[in-house]
Amino acid sequence: MDFNDTPQEAAFRAEARAWLAAHAPAHELPAGAALPDTEEADRGRAWMRALYAGGWSGLTFPKALGGRGLSGAEAVIFAEEEGRYHLPKGPFTSIGTGMALPVIARHGNDEQKARFIDATLRGDLTWCQLFSEPAAGSDLAALRTKAVRADDGSGDWIVNGQKVWSSWAHLTDWAILVVRTDPTVPKHKGLTFFVVDMKTPGIETRPIRQISGACEFNETFLTDVRIPDANRIGAEGEGWACCMTVLMGERLGSGAHRSGIEPLLAYAAATPDGHGGTMLDDAAVRQQLAEALADEQGERFFQARLRTMVSKGENPGALAGMVKLAYASRYQKTNGLALELRGLAGIAPEAGDTATGEVQYDYIYSTVMRIAGGADEVLRNQIAERVLGMPGEVRMDKDVPFEKLKG
Amino acid sequence: MNFDLSDEQKMLGEQARALLADLTPFDRLRALIDSDSEWDEPLWHALAEMGFLGVTIPEEHGGLGLGALDLGVIMEALGGANAAVPFMSSIVLGAEAIRLAGSEMQKAAWLPKLASGDAIATFAHAAGPGPAFAGGAALEGGRLSGSKSPVADAGIAHVAVVLVEGSGLALVDLDQTGVTRTRLGSFDQLRPHYRLDFDGAAAEVMPGGKAAIERLIDQGAVQAAFEAVGAAEACLHMARDYAMERQIFGRSLAGYQAIKHKLADIAVMTELARSNAYYGGWAAESAPDELPDAAAAARLSAIKAFEMAARENLQVHGGIGYTFEANCHFYYRRERLLAVHLGGRGYWADRLLKAQPGSQAKAA
Repeated sequence: MDFNDTPQEAAFRAEARAWLAAHAPAHELPAGAALPDTEEADRGRAWMRALYAGGWSGLTFPKALGGRGLSGAEAVIFAEEEGRYHLPKGPFTSIGTGMALPVIARHGNDEQKARFIDATLRGDLTWCQLFSEPAAGSDLAALRTKAVRADDGSGDWIVNGQKVWSSWAHLTDWAILVVRTDPTVPKHKGLTFFVVDMKTPGIETRPIRQISGACEFNETFLTDVRIPDANRIGAEGEGWACCMTVLMGERLGSGAHRSGIEPLLAYAAATPDGHGGTMLDDAAVRQQLAEALADEQGERFFQARLRTMVSKGENPGALAGMVKLAYASRYQKTNGLALELRGLAGIAPEAGDTATGEVQYDYIYSTVMRIAGGADEVLRNQIAERVLGMPGEVRMDKDVPFEKLKG
Repeated sequence: MNFDLSDEQKMLGEQARALLADLTPFDRLRALIDSDSEWDEPLWHALAEMGFLGVTIPEEHGGLGLGALDLGVIMEALGGANAAVPFMSSIVLGAEAIRLAGSEMQKAAWLPKLASGDAIATFAHAAGPGPAFAGGAALEGGRLSGSKSPVADAGIAHVAVVLVEGSGLALVDLDQTGVTRTRLGSFDQLRPHYRLDFDGAAAEVMPGGKAAIERLIDQGAVQAAFEAVGAAEACLHMARDYAMERQIFGRSLAGYQAIKHKLADIAVMTELARSNAYYGGWAAESAPDELPDAAAAARLSAIKAFEMAARENLQVHGGIGYTFEANCHFYYRRERLLAVHLGGRGYWADRLLKAQPGSQAKAA
């Protein structure tokens, strides 16, 4: 057991580090200040272009498709080194590289691969995801947005419906979209997957006002949107398999995190308790902080075990969901504690107290971490079923044609 | 990076599990309790024969000279089987104390016998209610007076490492007139505890005692974490297996989310605790500076995982879990012991916070 790189990994890390040292600083975001989202997306594109020019995009993507064909372990090393800089990375680029590309590479035809893959790696195409709907979240296959063939013999599809939680849909070029093309078969079997140009007439995105005050998610309305059949990915009815490819990417990608505990410890150690000591003298505070620290370390070393599995060519499967499940709840708890320790000053901080502002934001944001990318309850089911071998859920809708379902 | 056990370590763990599955089924534990036994003596000798007792004892003293992770996989197996042997007392704490703090003569006198299983050691660290690590006994001019209590496995031990007033360590042969052993009722029926009274008993200073005590306890905490992880996983699997075979309201009990989600949470806690235990074992072997942090995190997360696993395992069994014939109670009792021995949550929370740079944390 050791934490050292193998000679090959060390050489790769040195190469990555040297390249990043030369190129990353110019792309770093200013500390503390939030940029307008258009500028953040533009900067994200610019960083993608720099990565492409330097040969650092599509690290685990097959060489034949324009990637570098490296191992998962090397991708992790690059992400670690890249993570030392405050770079414009986010859904506006990662949905393309982490979701759209894997599904196009696996289910798309040669013409589609040629059209989309290089352009995405190069930063010329950015993507959003039109999956969830108001009544289809964890139960994604219950989605209602439908596509029918145009009656003009063109083979085009006409799409109508509503999607939600489409991050950055207002600023991205293309979308991956899953819709119902056959309501007469059970729900998983009647779905088809498309890519669609977000400038197509009939697509309207509206920002969703979130509880954090930000609006990075959208609802997207599709009204008689015409999509050529050439933009269908995979066969009709193969949409669910495509979604699984996308969601696997999402699960393995989750888990980059900041802990929030270190600053909390420093805050407690520096804040008087009114009895001549600091807040860190309070046994209850110590206990809660220690528990959070122990959990956080456990997550970190569990990640190290998963990384080791990946580098040996093993697939962690549902084990990967354990990290996200543990992290999201602890993050909520830690930030809740951070607010509590501040007392009323956590609710109404003095002007200029940006640290408390961040804690407030993170406490709000932690709620979505427990929902997005696999809700806690979905992950618990997966762990119980795939890790512990317990029975699957009773599914009332499994063999029922979609159009016969209630609701 | 290779954050995994070596193939040899995995094999060692498998050997230990296989031996324990063979020699200490649950009916064996029930028989030991019914006969008011102090320990499973045949199992102890079988462990000795396999070389498990000497895993971390140096080769020149009859051991294998391996590391904390090798010991850890054995502790994990012992925890899983809820084995009634003084492994923690004699090997993890007693032998290790002598290795770390003993004189050359003390090592030569005791380590070979501890490795072979012919002698048993224990570590007397508590002195009645209060902190886990206290004086209670004083060493003066080679004579020890005072009391230590509770002391695990002191009925069968030949020698005790005693934490004395002033935080030093003394080595005491328990087979002498100045030592009185009084058996206490033990909540964990498979790990007896004693009160030791010393009345001018002959005792030797362990020269490296004061310097080694923290390291000894930290290393012990890592091993206790491995033991608890093994036990937590055993509870998890026991609960899962029972739920799988139990039919209720026309279907498998294991199909209900109230059960699935609970066990999924235990699985997560157990994996986090295991990951921290690996880190603790690695730090003990390769990064002593990180050991206090690693040991404390391992100990805290293992206590948390085993606590939930032991309680919910019994709960999943329902009424049958409350019977002596079911096997939940062995772990339910052992869990409380592991939660407090070698210091409980408060002690390890302090140690963890103190180990954080920049926290300027003070011990409570």
